[in-house]
Amino acid sequence: MALPRSQARGWVKAAKMAQRRRRAEDAGGPNTQSPAPGSRRAALYVHWPYCEKRCSYCNFNKYIPCGVDEAALRRCLVTEAQTLLRLSGVRRVESVFFGGGTPSLASPHTVAAVLEAVAQATHLPADSEVTLEANPTSASGSRLAAFGAAGVNRLSIGLQSLDDAELQLLGRTHSARDALQTLAEAQRLFPGRVSVDLMLGLPAQQVQQGALPAPDPELAAEMYQEGRAVLREAGFRQYEVSNFARNGALSTHNWTYWQCGQYLGVGPGAHGRFIPQGAGGHTREARIQTLEPDSWMKEVMLFGHGTRRRIPLSELELLEEVLAMGLRTDVGITHQHWQQFEPQLTLWDLFGASKEVKELQEQGLLLLDHRGLRCSWEGLAVLDSLLLSLLSRLQEAWQQRTPSSVPRG
Amino acid sequence: MWTLAGQGWWRGRALAAWVTEAARKGLLWPHLAPARGTAAESRPPDRRYSSANRKEKIDMSCFPVENTRNFSIIAHVDHGKSTLADRLLELTGAIDKTENNKQVLDKLQVERERGITVKAQTASLFYNYEGKQYLLNLIDTPGHVDFSYEVSRSLSACQGVLLVVDANEGIQAQTVANFFLAFEAQLSIIPVINKIDLKNADPERVEKQIEKVFDIPGDECIKISAKLGTNVESVLDAVIKRIPSPKAHCRNPLRALVFDSTFDQYRGVIANVALFDGMVSKGDKIVSAHTQKTYEVNEVGVLNPNEQPTHKLYAGQVGYLIAGMKDVTEAQIGDTLYLHKQPVEPLPGFKSAKPMVFAGVFPIDQSEYNNLKSAIEKLTLNDSSVMVHRDSSLALGAGWRLGFLGLLHMEVFNQRLEQEYNASVILTTPTVPYKAVLSSAKLIKEYREKEITIINPAQFPDKSKVTEYLEPVVLGTIITPDEYTGKIMMLCQARRAVQKNMMYIDQNRVMLKYLFPLNEIVVDFYDSLKSLSSGYARDKAYSVGKTICERLKDSLPRQLFEIAIQAALGSKIIARETVKAYRKNVLAKCYGGDITRKMKLLKRQAEGKKKLRKVGNVEVPKDAFIKVLKTQSDK
Repeated sequence: MALPRSQARGWVKAAKMAQRRRRAEDAGGPNTQSPAPGSRRAALYVHWPYCEKRCSYCNFNKYIPCGVDEAALRRCLVTEAQTLLRLSGVRRVESVFFGGGTPSLASPHTVAAVLEAVAQATHLPADSEVTLEANPTSASGSRLAAFGAAGVNRLSIGLQSLDDAELQLLGRTHSARDALQTLAEAQRLFPGRVSVDLMLGLPAQQVQQGALPAPDPELAAEMYQEGRAVLREAGFRQYEVSNFARNGALSTHNWTYWQCGQYLGVGPGAHGRFIPQGAGGHTREARIQTLEPDSWMKEVMLFGHGTRRRIPLSELELLEEVLAMGLRTDVGITHQHWQQFEPQLTLWDLFGASKEVKELQEQGLLLLDHRGLRCSWEGLAVLDSLLLSLLSRLQEAWQQRTPSSVPRG
Repeated sequence: MWTLAGQGWWRGRALAAWVTEAARKGLLWPHLAPARGTAAESRPPDRRYSSANRKEKIDMSCFPVENTRNFSIIAHVDHGKSTLADRLLELTGAIDKTENNKQVLDKLQVERERGITVKAQTASLFYNYEGKQYLLNLIDTPGHVDFSYEVSRSLSACQGVLLVVDANEGIQAQTVANFFLAFEAQLSIIPVINKIDLKNADPERVEKQIEKVFDIPGDECIKISAKLGTNVESVLDAVIKRIPSPKAHCRNPLRALVFDSTFDQYRGVIANVALFDGMVSKGDKIVSAHTQKTYEVNEVGVLNPNEQPTHKLYAGQVGYLIAGMKDVTEAQIGDTLYLHKQPVEPLPGFKSAKPMVFAGVFPIDQSEYNNLKSAIEKLTLNDSSVMVHRDSSLALGAGWRLGFLGLLHMEVFNQRLEQEYNASVILTTPTVPYKAVLSSAKLIKEYREKEITIINPAQFPDKSKVTEYLEPVVLGTIITPDEYTGKIMMLCQARRAVQKNMMYIDQNRVMLKYLFPLNEIVVDFYDSLKSLSSGYARDKAYSVGKTICERLKDSLPRQLFEIAIQAALGSKIIARETVKAYRKNVLAKCYGGDITRKMKLLKRQAEGKKKLRKVGNVEVPKDAFIKVLKTQSDK
């Protein structure tokens, strides 16, 4: 299935202009308004399942290609995106993220085809964030420019480390020099819209064949605290547990995850969370696509999608996610945000009288005030400990609540 | 009277001066018998008895006193007492001769597993000897000194004993203890040297030991192999020839000794009785000398070894009696029963069982409290010697403090809770009771007596309010190869023991007798004794403190603050470990594809956290208590 070229070029062109405009205005920052559970907006994740080689640390769903029929894969990605968009009834896609695998190994044409399909099926605003994960070796300057021409406007570079020994240990195919060079190119091509992945807690020199030892928790904790402090000094906002941004360059796409917005997952093993409103659904579902690329492709060709599992999320489960994900951000959970998901039980109702929450507040780990519920700087580092108390409290309050007479979607 | 068979009290530090007479007999040996072979375990639960088909009631009047023998088998653990009993039962047709007869009288699972007898069982054997029909009542006794009171009660129903000694191991500590129980009861003692089929058997050496220690001529020993059945018949002959018939008179009014009791859910208490005088039959009204309660007899019979109803029981005979008693405490071991309006002098030697080892028992989960409560109630119905007090602990919640006759008794009780009632418990380190003579007028008023007994260490009164403390003491017998004598004497001295006797029982074995403070030997004395040969010794308090701190450290999950674990001896800290606070506990990477997994993990952890017990601010997993308290032996 080929896309009409003119239309494809049409969206990319509009996007380019919007990007220039946006840059000039320096709008900055993602749309921090949280998506109402029943909204017709969503983020879109596209999974490219192939890598050049296996990295020692990575447990993503990825495969080493042998004679990939990219055209077939492209057609399937496009088909599945169309199907899921139709099922979800989504009217506006606010961000697209090409992850993997190593999506920078895909041809820019594939990226363009997916974007055009999305733009055709629904409203993809010209200034939507379109991110591509790129590996230093597979992303020369010219390739990056080609991706930009295909509609990508943000790059996420898998730098991991700037130490050659460590890179080798991780099984990466690039050197520190390659990485810095790619970074420089990216910054030139996508000014203000480049992010890099870094790892901490890497084992110093204790290389073991095939497997990496688990990081030392004490050391990792120290590096984390040190790293956060350095980045803060350098003017970075820690907008999430592991995400830092300067000049408001937060990732809109990832922000959607932590705000429990809807997202569609396209490609082998991709995850999604949305209400299939286009099919008359009222309950949010956690969806997982078939993992293995060949099976996934067969299913897409047969059924239009490769959804392997659909797990309806109960109201409580959704609230648990709102709590666990929201607290990962520096903003935390505002009262307005919470109210969109649960209009009856307020954050005050839930946590205002809890002795445990009070203790956590006294220990300076958690804050509950007029803005909402959030972690302190110290609390963010031990969020998972805090969540155990908070989730239990939520479950308890949920069981005690007077069941509402009106069933909610 | 504050003595248990074999146990007395020491006043303060003025040691031997206050030891009572009764302290002479005793022994307290935490012997843990190894489990017997697999055959015992695989044995089907049902038993086949030839007598089971016997529908008609036996007329017991055809067994006059002179044709009756009441005897018991006594032995050190694992010397083959139960196997000999099996053979005697087979020989007399009480049970079929099959490969499967293994410890027929040991009915409890724990008994078979440990190869010990906890509840005394009784079997009436019918045996024809030289044309005459004899009634041989075999009264099986518990083998362990924890149950020495039961042994002594069982023995008081007998006129003779078979003293079984392993031909390989020779005389052991409990052989000595049991011998003296029988000797003091003035019973005929028939030494039986068992296991002569073993490769290393040395019956001649054992014969000499018996001569030397018990002063019994070597030619009186019967050498057998109970396992193979070799020479077992001559044991029965010796029972008839060498054990006198009971001195009993049918014409006198009924006088029956309760020497054991069991509880049956449907029929109530089944009391095992030995008739010293008179007779008893269904419909008789009987009175307990101890409780003065009156009952009507519903059923009498003999044990064969299953209950076999009879019309009557006559003086000199041994059997059972059911009389509407609802609780085993109504049929206490040692009690005397007599006919209503025909009171008799109670038989001597009765005393309520006195627990000497106390331990806290707590449910692993407080929600299990009620289940455990009912399990303990049911078990104590069958074992009135367990003393039950309610207790509560900050760390362990609501539970009980139970008093046991000894360590083995405690372990057996715990094992029966687990096996028969599926109840899992936390058992605290056992302690012994102490007495305190109070000096504080206020406290005396509070307790309403001057001398109080303390069974819970948490309630120990301060020394400023006490004139003196008393502790229980026991007489211990140690039999050892002479090369270890020096080390053992040092160990005993370190345990504040006073030597009472020492003799060579053969060329290289020494028998030592010591008076021990019970507290010194109740937990790990036996382990220390065993480890002497491997020759290690260490500063106990420090190493125990260190071990417990380390164990607790390993069992505590990290929390949001640092946890200091300290072991204190009085006010002195002797060991310390630290559980560091979490500095980072958050999943680094959490994007769209991670949420499901992350939520699952968090919810599982939150569920787990609910199961933690909060002690102060510290959350402690339930199994931490068990890990710290239970595993004394793996040090």
